[in-house]
Amino acid sequence: MADEDDIILSELSDDELVLQMHDDLYDGLKEEIEDGVRILLDRGWTPYDVLTKALVAGMTIVGADFRDGILFVPEVLLAANAMKGGMAILKPLLAETGAPRVGKMVIGTVKGDIHDIGKNLVGMMMEGAGFEVVDLGINNPVEKYIEALQTEGADILGMSALLTTTMPYMKVVIDTMKEKGMRDDYIVIVGGAPLNEEFGKAIGADAYCRDAAVAVQTAKDLVARKHNQGVKA
Amino acid sequence: MTGRGQPSAPQGASGSLPDDDRLTSDGLAPSHNGRILLIACGALAREILDLKALNGWSHLDLTCLPANLHLWPDRIPDAVEEAVKRHRADYSGIFVVYADCGTGGLLQARCAALGVEMVAGPHCYSFFEGNEAFAAHADTEFTAFYLTDFLVRQFDAFVWRPMGFDRHPELIPMMFGNYTTLIYQAQTDDPALDAKARDAAERLGLAYERRFTGYGDLATALKGL
Repeated sequence: MADEDDIILSELSDDELVLQMHDDLYDGLKEEIEDGVRILLDRGWTPYDVLTKALVAGMTIVGADFRDGILFVPEVLLAANAMKGGMAILKPLLAETGAPRVGKMVIGTVKGDIHDIGKNLVGMMMEGAGFEVVDLGINNPVEKYIEALQTEGADILGMSALLTTTMPYMKVVIDTMKEKGMRDDYIVIVGGAPLNEEFGKAIGADAYCRDAAVAVQTAKDLVARKHNQGVKA
Repeated sequence: MTGRGQPSAPQGASGSLPDDDRLTSDGLAPSHNGRILLIACGALAREILDLKALNGWSHLDLTCLPANLHLWPDRIPDAVEEAVKRHRADYSGIFVVYADCGTGGLLQARCAALGVEMVAGPHCYSFFEGNEAFAAHADTEFTAFYLTDFLVRQFDAFVWRPMGFDRHPELIPMMFGNYTTLIYQAQTDDPALDAKARDAAERLGLAYERRFTGYGDLATALKGL
Protein backbone atom coordinates (compact mmCIF):
# COMPACT_ATOMS: atom_id res chain seq x y z
CA MET A 1 0.00 0.00 0.00
CA ALA A 2 1.36 3.41 -0.96
CA ASP A 3 2.32 5.91 1.72
CA GLU A 4 0.50 9.23 1.74
CA ASP A 5 3.65 10.93 0.39
CA ASP A 6 4.15 8.45 -2.45
CA ILE A 7 3.84 9.95 -5.87
CA ILE A 8 1.55 8.10 -8.26
CA LEU A 9 3.24 8.69 -11.61
CA SER A 10 0.12 7.96 -13.63
CA GLU A 11 -1.78 10.70 -11.81
CA LEU A 12 0.70 13.43 -12.77
CA SER A 13 0.18 15.74 -15.72
CA ASP A 14 2.62 15.37 -18.61
CA ASP A 15 4.73 18.31 -17.46
CA GLU A 16 4.76 17.11 -13.87
CA LEU A 17 5.64 13.59 -14.93
CA VAL A 18 8.56 14.74 -17.05
CA LEU A 19 9.94 16.78 -14.14
CA GLN A 20 9.41 13.82 -11.83
CA MET A 21 11.30 11.62 -14.28
CA HIS A 22 14.19 14.08 -14.20
CA ASP A 23 14.20 13.71 -10.40
CA ASP A 24 13.95 9.92 -10.62
CA LEU A 25 16.77 9.78 -13.12
CA TYR A 26 18.86 11.96 -10.81
CA ASP A 27 18.14 9.49 -8.01
CA GLY A 28 18.90 6.48 -10.19
CA LEU A 29 15.43 4.94 -9.87
CA LYS A 30 15.34 2.53 -12.79
CA GLU A 31 11.87 1.05 -12.24
CA GLU A 32 10.28 4.48 -11.88
CA ILE A 33 11.93 5.59 -15.10
CA GLU A 34 10.66 2.52 -16.93
CA ASP A 35 7.16 3.20 -15.57
CA GLY A 36 7.35 6.85 -16.62
CA VAL A 37 8.43 5.92 -20.13
CA ARG A 38 5.51 3.51 -20.50
CA ILE A 39 3.03 6.07 -19.19
CA LEU A 40 4.17 8.76 -21.63
CA LEU A 41 4.04 6.29 -24.52
CA ASP A 42 0.54 5.24 -23.46
CA ARG A 43 -0.45 8.89 -23.54
CA GLY A 44 0.57 9.09 -27.16
CA TRP A 45 4.01 10.64 -26.83
CA THR A 46 6.41 9.76 -29.63
CA PRO A 47 9.39 7.64 -28.55
CA TYR A 48 11.67 10.45 -29.72
CA ASP A 49 9.98 13.00 -27.47
CA VAL A 50 10.12 10.67 -24.47
CA LEU A 51 13.80 10.11 -25.15
CA THR A 52 14.77 13.75 -25.56
CA LYS A 53 12.42 15.55 -23.17
CA ALA A 54 12.36 13.05 -20.31
CA LEU A 55 15.55 10.99 -20.48
CA VAL A 56 18.19 13.05 -22.26
CA ALA A 57 17.11 16.29 -20.58
CA GLY A 58 17.26 14.55 -17.19
CA MET A 59 20.63 13.00 -17.91
CA THR A 60 21.95 16.40 -18.99
CA ILE A 61 21.21 17.70 -15.49
CA VAL A 62 23.05 14.70 -14.03
CA GLY A 63 26.00 15.38 -16.34
CA ALA A 64 26.17 19.05 -15.37
CA ASP A 65 26.14 18.24 -11.66
CA PHE A 66 28.85 15.62 -12.17
CA ARG A 67 30.98 18.19 -13.96
CA ASP A 68 30.40 20.68 -11.13
CA GLY A 69 31.39 18.16 -8.47
CA ILE A 70 27.89 17.87 -6.99
CA LEU A 71 27.43 14.27 -8.10
CA PHE A 72 30.08 11.56 -8.17
CA VAL A 73 30.69 8.45 -10.24
CA PRO A 74 28.34 6.13 -8.29
CA GLU A 75 25.39 8.50 -8.64
CA VAL A 76 26.08 9.01 -12.34
CA LEU A 77 26.27 5.26 -12.87
CA LEU A 78 22.96 4.71 -11.11
CA ALA A 79 21.38 7.44 -13.23
CA ALA A 80 22.85 5.91 -16.36
CA ASN A 81 21.50 2.52 -15.34
CA ALA A 82 18.04 4.04 -14.92
CA MET A 83 18.29 5.71 -18.31
CA LYS A 84 19.40 2.42 -19.82
CA GLY A 85 16.17 0.87 -18.54
CA GLY A 86 14.15 3.55 -20.31
CA MET A 87 16.24 3.28 -23.46
CA ALA A 88 15.65 -0.46 -23.63
CA ILE A 89 11.93 0.23 -24.00
CA LEU A 90 12.39 3.08 -26.46
CA LYS A 91 15.10 1.69 -28.74
CA PRO A 92 12.98 -0.73 -30.79
CA LEU A 93 10.25 1.89 -31.04
CA LEU A 94 12.68 4.56 -32.19
CA ALA A 95 13.82 2.30 -35.00
CA GLU A 96 10.20 1.72 -36.06
CA THR A 97 9.19 5.37 -35.94
CA GLY A 98 12.18 6.69 -37.86
CA ALA A 99 13.60 9.14 -35.35
CA PRO A 100 16.06 11.66 -36.78
CA ARG A 101 19.56 10.25 -37.34
CA VAL A 102 22.39 12.70 -36.87
CA GLY A 103 25.30 10.45 -37.75
CA LYS A 104 27.03 7.18 -36.98
CA MET A 105 29.75 6.66 -34.41
CA VAL A 106 32.14 3.81 -33.77
CA ILE A 107 33.28 3.90 -30.17
CA GLY A 108 35.63 1.75 -28.09
CA THR A 109 38.19 1.63 -25.30
CA VAL A 110 41.75 1.29 -26.59
CA LYS A 111 43.99 -1.77 -26.52
CA GLY A 112 45.22 -2.77 -23.08
CA ASP A 113 42.45 -0.88 -21.30
CA ILE A 114 39.31 -2.41 -19.84
CA HIS A 115 37.66 0.71 -18.45
CA ASP A 116 34.33 1.45 -20.03
CA ILE A 117 32.21 3.54 -17.69
CA GLY A 118 32.90 6.80 -19.51
CA LYS A 119 32.67 5.16 -22.91
CA ASN A 120 29.31 3.63 -22.07
CA LEU A 121 27.99 6.97 -20.87
CA VAL A 122 29.12 8.69 -24.04
CA GLY A 123 27.61 5.95 -26.19
CA MET A 124 24.29 6.22 -24.43
CA MET A 125 24.15 10.00 -24.61
CA MET A 126 25.14 9.91 -28.27
CA GLU A 127 22.28 7.51 -28.94
CA GLY A 128 20.00 9.81 -27.03
CA ALA A 129 21.11 12.67 -29.27
CA GLY A 130 20.19 10.72 -32.41
CA PHE A 131 23.50 9.14 -33.32
CA GLU A 132 23.73 5.52 -34.29
CA VAL A 133 26.39 4.00 -32.08
CA VAL A 134 28.50 0.92 -32.79
CA ASP A 135 30.17 -0.03 -29.52
CA LEU A 136 33.32 -2.09 -29.93
CA GLY A 137 33.69 -2.63 -26.20
CA ILE A 138 37.07 -2.72 -24.48
CA ASN A 139 40.69 -3.56 -25.36
CA ASN A 140 40.48 -2.68 -29.05
CA PRO A 141 43.51 -3.02 -31.35
CA VAL A 142 43.88 -0.59 -34.23
CA GLU A 143 42.71 -3.18 -36.77
CA LYS A 144 39.34 -3.46 -35.07
CA TYR A 145 38.77 0.30 -35.17
CA ILE A 146 39.76 0.53 -38.83
CA GLU A 147 37.61 -2.39 -39.89
CA ALA A 148 34.58 -1.09 -38.01
CA LEU A 149 34.90 2.41 -39.45
CA GLN A 150 35.01 1.02 -42.96
CA THR A 151 32.34 -1.64 -42.67
CA GLU A 152 29.93 0.51 -40.70
CA GLY A 153 30.32 3.59 -42.89
CA ALA A 154 30.74 5.67 -39.75
CA ASP A 155 31.12 9.42 -39.48
CA ILE A 156 32.84 9.53 -36.13
CA LEU A 157 35.45 7.53 -34.25
CA GLY A 158 35.37 7.83 -30.47
CA MET A 159 38.25 6.44 -28.42
CA SER A 160 38.45 6.16 -24.66
CA ALA A 161 41.26 5.37 -22.19
CA LEU A 162 41.55 5.61 -18.44
CA LEU A 163 45.22 4.82 -18.04
CA THR A 164 48.25 6.99 -18.60
CA THR A 165 49.88 3.92 -20.05
CA THR A 166 47.16 3.19 -22.61
CA MET A 167 46.19 6.64 -23.81
CA PRO A 168 49.19 6.90 -26.21
CA TYR A 169 47.58 4.06 -28.19
CA MET A 170 45.09 6.57 -29.54
CA LYS A 171 47.93 8.06 -31.55
CA VAL A 172 48.72 4.65 -32.99
CA VAL A 173 45.16 4.46 -34.29
CA ILE A 174 45.17 7.98 -35.72
CA ASP A 175 48.59 7.50 -37.33
CA THR A 176 47.38 4.28 -38.93
CA MET A 177 44.35 6.11 -40.29
CA LYS A 178 46.73 8.67 -41.80
CA GLU A 179 48.93 5.97 -43.33
CA LYS A 180 45.87 4.44 -44.93
CA GLY A 181 44.78 7.81 -46.28
CA MET A 182 41.49 7.68 -44.39
CA ARG A 183 42.06 10.10 -41.53
CA ASP A 184 40.18 12.98 -43.14
CA ASP A 185 37.16 10.81 -43.84
CA TYR A 186 36.28 10.64 -40.15
CA ILE A 187 35.81 12.88 -37.16
CA VAL A 188 37.97 11.60 -34.31
CA ILE A 189 37.06 12.49 -30.74
CA VAL A 190 38.87 11.21 -27.66
CA GLY A 191 38.19 11.15 -23.93
CA GLY A 192 39.12 9.63 -20.60
CA ALA A 193 40.19 10.78 -17.16
CA PRO A 194 43.93 11.34 -17.75
CA LEU A 195 43.45 13.04 -21.14
CA ASN A 196 43.36 16.76 -21.76
CA GLU A 197 42.97 19.15 -24.64
CA GLU A 198 46.71 19.39 -25.30
CA PHE A 199 46.97 15.63 -25.59
CA GLY A 200 44.05 15.55 -28.01
CA LYS A 201 45.76 18.10 -30.23
CA ALA A 202 49.16 16.44 -29.95
CA ILE A 203 47.91 13.08 -31.22
CA GLY A 204 45.91 14.64 -34.07
CA ALA A 205 42.36 14.11 -32.81
CA ASP A 206 39.66 16.55 -33.86
CA ALA A 207 38.60 17.10 -30.27
CA TYR A 208 39.12 16.07 -26.69
CA CYS A 209 35.83 15.79 -24.82
CA ARG A 210 35.89 16.06 -21.05
CA ASP A 211 32.49 14.46 -20.49
CA ALA A 212 29.53 12.87 -22.25
CA ALA A 213 27.62 16.14 -22.68
CA VAL A 214 30.64 17.80 -24.28
CA ALA A 215 31.11 14.75 -26.51
CA VAL A 216 27.55 15.00 -27.80
CA GLN A 217 27.76 18.73 -28.48
CA THR A 218 31.19 18.42 -30.08
CA ALA A 219 30.05 15.57 -32.30
CA LYS A 220 26.99 17.53 -33.39
CA ASP A 221 29.07 20.63 -34.16
CA LEU A 222 31.73 18.72 -36.08
CA VAL A 223 29.20 16.73 -38.09
CA ALA A 224 27.34 19.93 -38.99
CA ARG A 225 30.60 21.62 -39.98
CA LYS A 226 31.52 18.68 -42.20
CA HIS A 227 28.12 18.76 -43.87
CA ASN A 228 28.52 22.48 -44.47
CA GLN A 229 31.90 21.88 -46.08
CA GLY A 230 30.27 19.44 -48.45
CA VAL A 231 32.61 16.69 -47.35
CA LYS A 232 31.44 13.15 -46.64
CA ALA A 233 29.83 13.10 -43.22
CA MET B 1 36.92 15.28 3.26
CA THR B 2 39.09 18.07 4.55
CA GLY B 3 42.37 19.81 4.04
CA ARG B 4 42.80 19.17 0.33
CA GLY B 5 46.35 20.12 -0.55
CA GLN B 6 46.91 21.67 2.88
CA PRO B 7 48.77 19.22 5.08
CA SER B 8 47.75 19.98 8.61
CA ALA B 9 48.49 16.76 10.42
CA PRO B 10 51.69 17.26 12.39
CA GLN B 11 54.60 14.87 12.30
CA GLY B 12 55.31 14.18 15.96
CA ALA B 13 58.49 15.36 17.58
CA SER B 14 59.94 11.89 17.13
CA GLY B 15 58.87 11.72 13.52
CA SER B 16 56.00 9.39 14.40
CA LEU B 17 53.29 8.93 11.84
CA PRO B 18 49.64 9.94 11.98
CA ASP B 19 47.19 7.17 11.23
CA ASP B 20 46.11 6.24 7.74
CA ASP B 21 42.83 8.13 8.00
CA ARG B 22 44.71 11.37 8.59
CA LEU B 23 47.17 10.60 5.79
CA THR B 24 44.17 10.05 3.54
CA SER B 25 42.30 13.24 4.32
CA ASP B 26 44.84 15.66 5.83
CA GLY B 27 48.34 14.63 4.80
CA LEU B 28 51.44 15.21 6.87
CA ALA B 29 53.29 18.39 7.83
CA PRO B 30 57.10 18.54 7.54
CA SER B 31 59.25 18.16 10.65
CA HIS B 32 61.71 20.81 9.40
CA ASN B 33 64.64 18.48 9.95
CA GLY B 34 66.66 17.84 6.81
CA ARG B 35 67.84 19.94 3.90
CA ILE B 36 65.87 18.19 1.13
CA LEU B 37 62.10 18.11 1.31
CA LEU B 38 60.14 15.21 -0.12
CA ILE B 39 56.64 16.27 -1.17
CA ALA B 40 54.81 12.99 -1.31
CA CYS B 41 51.43 11.39 -1.58
CA GLY B 42 50.03 10.43 1.82
CA ALA B 43 49.80 6.86 0.55
CA LEU B 44 53.62 6.69 0.58
CA ALA B 45 54.35 8.18 4.01
CA ARG B 46 55.01 4.96 5.89
CA GLU B 47 57.20 3.54 3.17
CA ILE B 48 59.28 6.72 2.87
CA LEU B 49 59.75 7.05 6.62
CA ASP B 50 60.67 3.37 6.76
CA LEU B 51 63.30 3.82 4.05
CA LYS B 52 64.57 6.92 5.81
CA ALA B 53 65.00 5.04 9.05
CA LEU B 54 66.54 1.98 7.42
CA ASN B 55 69.09 4.00 5.49
CA GLY B 56 69.77 6.81 7.94
CA TRP B 57 68.69 9.46 5.44
CA SER B 58 68.55 12.27 7.97
CA HIS B 59 69.00 14.85 5.22
CA LEU B 60 65.49 14.10 3.95
CA ASP B 61 62.39 15.73 5.42
CA LEU B 62 58.91 14.64 4.46
CA THR B 63 55.59 16.36 3.91
CA CYS B 64 52.59 14.59 2.44
CA LEU B 65 49.56 15.81 0.57
CA PRO B 66 46.29 14.05 1.38
CA ALA B 67 46.21 10.65 -0.27
CA ASN B 68 42.58 11.18 -1.24
CA LEU B 69 43.72 13.62 -3.94
CA HIS B 70 43.78 10.46 -6.04
CA LEU B 71 40.02 10.62 -6.15
CA TRP B 72 40.48 13.84 -8.18
CA PRO B 73 43.79 13.39 -10.04
CA ASP B 74 43.29 16.67 -11.91
CA ARG B 75 43.84 18.48 -8.60
CA ILE B 76 47.25 16.91 -7.95
CA PRO B 77 49.39 19.28 -10.09
CA ASP B 78 47.96 22.41 -8.41
CA ALA B 79 48.35 20.90 -4.94
CA VAL B 80 51.96 19.91 -5.64
CA GLU B 81 52.76 23.35 -7.05
CA GLU B 82 51.29 25.05 -4.03
CA ALA B 83 53.39 22.86 -1.71
CA VAL B 84 56.57 23.44 -3.72
CA LYS B 85 56.09 27.21 -3.60
CA ARG B 86 55.20 27.20 0.09
CA HIS B 87 58.27 25.22 1.17
CA ARG B 88 60.85 26.11 -1.45
CA ALA B 89 62.61 28.81 0.56
CA ASP B 90 63.10 26.53 3.58
CA TYR B 91 65.06 23.75 1.83
CA SER B 92 68.07 23.40 -0.45
CA GLY B 93 66.14 20.99 -2.65
CA ILE B 94 62.69 19.51 -3.23
CA PHE B 95 61.78 16.12 -4.68
CA VAL B 96 58.22 15.16 -5.58
CA VAL B 97 57.30 11.60 -4.63
CA TYR B 98 54.38 11.03 -6.95
CA ALA B 99 54.23 9.01 -10.12
CA ASP B 100 52.04 10.29 -12.95
CA CYS B 101 49.05 9.10 -10.92
CA GLY B 102 46.45 9.61 -13.63
CA THR B 103 47.40 13.21 -14.41
CA GLY B 104 48.11 12.36 -18.03
CA GLY B 105 51.58 13.91 -17.96
CA LEU B 106 50.41 17.18 -16.41
CA LEU B 107 52.22 16.57 -13.11
CA GLN B 108 55.46 15.89 -14.95
CA ALA B 109 55.01 19.07 -16.96
CA ARG B 110 54.24 21.08 -13.83
CA CYS B 111 57.28 19.71 -12.00
CA ALA B 112 59.46 20.53 -14.99
CA ALA B 113 58.12 24.08 -15.03
CA LEU B 114 58.83 24.37 -11.31
CA GLY B 115 62.31 22.94 -11.78
CA VAL B 116 61.82 19.97 -9.46
CA GLU B 117 62.30 16.26 -10.10
CA MET B 118 59.73 13.54 -9.46
CA VAL B 119 59.57 9.74 -9.39
CA ALA B 120 59.26 8.07 -12.77
CA GLY B 121 56.39 5.77 -13.63
CA PRO B 122 52.65 5.71 -14.11
CA HIS B 123 51.56 4.72 -10.57
CA CYS B 124 52.95 3.78 -7.17
CA TYR B 125 52.02 0.15 -7.76
CA SER B 126 54.25 0.32 -10.83
CA PHE B 127 57.32 1.84 -9.20
CA PHE B 128 57.01 -0.43 -6.17
CA GLU B 129 57.28 -3.44 -8.44
CA GLY B 130 59.84 -1.64 -10.58
CA ASN B 131 58.65 0.29 -13.63
CA GLU B 132 60.43 -1.99 -16.09
CA ALA B 133 59.01 -5.16 -14.58
CA PHE B 134 55.56 -3.64 -14.38
CA ALA B 135 55.62 -2.49 -17.99
CA ALA B 136 56.81 -5.92 -19.10
CA HIS B 137 53.52 -7.55 -18.12
CA ALA B 138 51.23 -4.66 -19.08
CA ASP B 139 49.98 -6.61 -22.10
CA THR B 140 48.94 -9.62 -20.06
CA GLU B 141 47.82 -8.06 -16.80
CA PHE B 142 45.52 -5.29 -17.90
CA THR B 143 42.56 -6.98 -16.26
CA ALA B 144 44.29 -6.75 -12.87
CA PHE B 145 43.32 -4.31 -10.15
CA TYR B 146 46.32 -3.41 -7.97
CA LEU B 147 46.53 -2.61 -4.29
CA THR B 148 49.57 -1.56 -2.25
CA ASP B 149 50.00 -1.87 1.53
CA PHE B 150 48.40 1.54 2.01
CA LEU B 151 45.53 0.81 -0.34
CA VAL B 152 44.83 -2.49 1.40
CA ARG B 153 44.68 -0.72 4.75
CA GLN B 154 42.51 2.02 3.24
CA PHE B 155 40.43 -0.14 0.93
CA ASP B 156 37.13 1.01 2.38
CA ALA B 157 38.07 4.70 2.33
CA PHE B 158 39.61 4.56 -1.16
CA VAL B 159 37.49 2.06 -3.03
CA TRP B 160 34.47 0.69 -1.23
CA ARG B 161 32.86 3.89 0.01
CA PRO B 162 33.83 6.36 -2.76
CA MET B 163 32.54 3.90 -5.35
CA GLY B 164 29.27 3.63 -3.43
CA PHE B 165 29.53 -0.14 -2.96
CA ASP B 166 28.46 0.16 0.69
CA ARG B 167 25.15 1.67 -0.42
CA HIS B 168 24.76 0.15 -3.88
CA PRO B 169 26.46 -3.24 -4.25
CA GLU B 170 24.79 -3.54 -7.64
CA LEU B 171 27.45 -1.10 -8.87
CA ILE B 172 30.25 -3.64 -8.32
CA PRO B 173 29.74 -5.54 -11.59
CA MET B 174 29.28 -2.25 -13.44
CA MET B 175 32.64 -0.95 -12.24
CA PHE B 176 34.64 -4.15 -11.78
CA GLY B 177 32.99 -6.46 -14.28
CA ASN B 178 35.94 -6.26 -16.67
CA TYR B 179 38.57 -7.00 -14.02
CA THR B 180 39.57 -10.60 -13.33
CA THR B 181 42.20 -10.41 -10.57
CA LEU B 182 43.15 -8.32 -7.60
CA ILE B 183 46.93 -8.24 -7.26
CA TYR B 184 48.26 -7.11 -3.92
CA GLN B 185 51.69 -5.57 -4.52
CA ALA B 186 53.04 -6.05 -1.00
CA GLN B 187 55.72 -3.75 0.35
CA THR B 188 55.98 -5.68 3.60
CA ASP B 189 55.37 -9.21 4.83
CA ASP B 190 52.22 -8.81 6.88
CA PRO B 191 49.78 -11.75 7.14
CA ALA B 192 47.03 -9.41 8.37
CA LEU B 193 47.30 -7.27 5.24
CA ASP B 194 47.41 -10.39 3.11
CA ALA B 195 44.13 -11.54 4.66
CA LYS B 196 42.59 -8.09 4.24
CA ALA B 197 43.62 -7.96 0.59
CA ARG B 198 42.19 -11.41 0.00
CA ASP B 199 38.94 -10.28 1.59
CA ALA B 200 38.89 -7.21 -0.68
CA ALA B 201 39.26 -9.48 -3.71
CA GLU B 202 36.37 -11.64 -2.54
CA ARG B 203 34.16 -8.61 -1.97
CA LEU B 204 34.88 -7.43 -5.52
CA GLY B 205 34.38 -10.91 -6.95
CA LEU B 206 37.97 -11.13 -8.21
CA ALA B 207 40.65 -13.81 -8.09
CA TYR B 208 43.46 -12.99 -5.69
CA GLU B 209 47.22 -12.87 -6.02
CA ARG B 210 49.84 -11.55 -3.64
CA ARG B 211 53.12 -10.33 -5.05
CA PHE B 212 55.93 -9.15 -2.79
CA THR B 213 57.60 -6.06 -4.24
CA GLY B 214 59.40 -4.33 -1.38
CA TYR B 215 60.04 -0.67 -2.12
CA GLY B 216 61.32 -1.17 -5.68
CA ASP B 217 62.12 1.99 -7.64
CA LEU B 218 61.06 4.19 -4.73
CA ALA B 219 64.18 3.17 -2.83
CA THR B 220 66.34 3.77 -5.90
CA ALA B 221 64.86 7.21 -6.51
CA LEU B 222 65.36 8.37 -2.93
CA LYS B 223 68.84 6.90 -2.67
CA GLY B 224 70.12 9.32 -5.27
CA LEU B 225 69.04 12.44 -3.41
